[in-house]
Amino acid sequence: MNTAGDLLHVVTADNISDQQRRFGKLIVLGSAALMFFVAGLQTADQNGWIDLGFETWRPTLYAYIFWGICLCAGQVIARGEHGKRTLFVLPAALFVVSMVVFPLLFGLIIAFSDWNLASPNGRQFNGWNNIRQMWADPFYWNAMRNMVWYSLAIIVEYAVAFALALLLNTQIKGRKFFRVAFLLPLMLSPVAVSWMIGKSMLENRFGPIARILREMGVENPSFFSSPEIARLMIMLMDAWTYIPFMMIMILAGLQAIPKELHEAAEVDGASAWTRFWEVTFPLMLPVSITAILIRIIFKLKLADIIINITSGGPGGATDSVTSFIFREYRDRSNVGYGTMLAMFYLVVIVIAMTILIKGADRWMRPRY
Amino acid sequence: MSDQIFRDSNADRAFKAKRFTGRAVIYGILILWALIALFPIYWTITTSFKMAPDVMKGNIVPYWDYTPRWLGWRSLGLSPDTIGNESTVRAEFLKRFWNSVIIAVSASVIAVGLGSCAAYGLSRFNYKFGFMRNSDISFFFLSQLILPPVVLALPFLVLYKALAMLDTRIGLILLYTLTVLPIVIWIMRDQFSSIPSELEEAALVDGLSIWGAFLTIILPIALPGMVAAFILSLVLTWNEYFFAALLTSSDAKTLPVMVASQTGSQGISWWSMAALSFAAILPLIVIGIALERFIIKGMAAGAVK
Repeated sequence: MNTAGDLLHVVTADNISDQQRRFGKLIVLGSAALMFFVAGLQTADQNGWIDLGFETWRPTLYAYIFWGICLCAGQVIARGEHGKRTLFVLPAALFVVSMVVFPLLFGLIIAFSDWNLASPNGRQFNGWNNIRQMWADPFYWNAMRNMVWYSLAIIVEYAVAFALALLLNTQIKGRKFFRVAFLLPLMLSPVAVSWMIGKSMLENRFGPIARILREMGVENPSFFSSPEIARLMIMLMDAWTYIPFMMIMILAGLQAIPKELHEAAEVDGASAWTRFWEVTFPLMLPVSITAILIRIIFKLKLADIIINITSGGPGGATDSVTSFIFREYRDRSNVGYGTMLAMFYLVVIVIAMTILIKGADRWMRPRY
Repeated sequence: MSDQIFRDSNADRAFKAKRFTGRAVIYGILILWALIALFPIYWTITTSFKMAPDVMKGNIVPYWDYTPRWLGWRSLGLSPDTIGNESTVRAEFLKRFWNSVIIAVSASVIAVGLGSCAAYGLSRFNYKFGFMRNSDISFFFLSQLILPPVVLALPFLVLYKALAMLDTRIGLILLYTLTVLPIVIWIMRDQFSSIPSELEEAALVDGLSIWGAFLTIILPIALPGMVAAFILSLVLTWNEYFFAALLTSSDAKTLPVMVASQTGSQGISWWSMAALSFAAILPLIVIGIALERFIIKGMAAGAVK
């Protein structure tokens, strides 16, 4: 990212008259004023100070969109060539800010209030009560602990993915077939996977895997009744879906290694085993770390298969944080508490990921 | 051919045997993993043609140990004999399918459009938004990837309720665009930085505006990257379940939500569930087989710098 930017300089001289510049500013400020006016009217209406009969907050939304358009147009009118260049990034930035920053701020307000959508009282500010409740909630901490287990499973996934990528990188026939076959699990929706594997193949009575186990002498195989095995099953299913993802990233990395390095090592008499540990693996470290970090990010969102197969059971043994909060809302409509749990999770994730990224960076480029 | 004059020395023969076993092991592992990857899909297809006794006996190979029936597909209204008739299940299924198509395609199109422009701008110009410079803006976009959906879900639930956007397609489209935008920007940034900026310089000298140069010269070159980003977005948005389960109830329900609600309730009528699951994953299997190289290209973009 260091070389990016500053590649194309503005060389054309724009002749922007003062009038134009003023007009550009005017439409931005004017539409902003309109937006605040509408929002103010709606707030007043909502609080019952005046009665304008607004059903929803849509007028404010429309005013906001109008302001966004005016802001983009104003850039071009008032700043000419520079404005046109800003226009590349501005829409995406506006979109993300309005879709993330506003809801997050709003979420903070919700997080510190007692708000049950089913109760008629509406939102009530309750200070630190949600945090206290969270601190004493054994199921939430249990879900957090499960997330650590789920994340640790990535190490095994990484090893399998690396092995498969190495095999695919050798001279084999039908490489395209194997690549497509290995890729397919990634394309399937987790919901369908949870039926295909979790609910039919792992079914106790008629599922093929239970049948094989019974043939092998296991009495009454069951996959989701004991906590450890249930968690292991969720890990395996998630691994099944996402191993192709890591495999492809690692394969791309392997293909980028110049062949000469291997040939040189071979000429020097290194065995295949040494060649791997002394040449391939160190060269693959940057790619591996990227792949693992992205995989961790995806893993932290794990929920779909848990919601659909075990809904957290038995006794919360398979709960991920996301599925726990999902049920907190589904079963109890508890928006305030659920949001607090989610916000806390976000804080933990941001801290953990920052430490991981910094640590990986440090480790890759040690400073002497 | 017993009197061969030239023959391999014993050392070479041993090497050959070793090499052969090596090959065998490699192919063995590859085939084993291909089985692991493909068997659930095979299982789903075959189960959709089974009847109750076949399920209970655990028959696996069609025609050999059971006769395929259209049972599962009939319950969906998609078997040959019911395809002409009215079917409420089929109408429901097609509605959900259509919802999924509209939502996934429009979210991906919007994300690729917004994301390509942003990635191009970030790879070519110097920005200063307040204290944020290019690298900060890039980081801001990419950091959205870390944001778990559950953090946004409940605020959005309340916001959409206030905006009367619960259970609408547009609400889901906006959220899905948000979730795939960082991935698109990541792929496209990689793509644009591999295109030399001399191309635009030449175009600008010839009198094109910067947007003209972007649209007529750079975009066609970056098209493979855009297709890769589009396909990846399509896969992710098609499969999305969490937001759809929270934010839709009847009108805008997508296919995964329908599959989830159906598979939760029915006991042993595996044939209809299998048919439904298979119908839900079929589009992606087709995409996966036909456009495999684009998907791989998209995922590899971030890996190798």
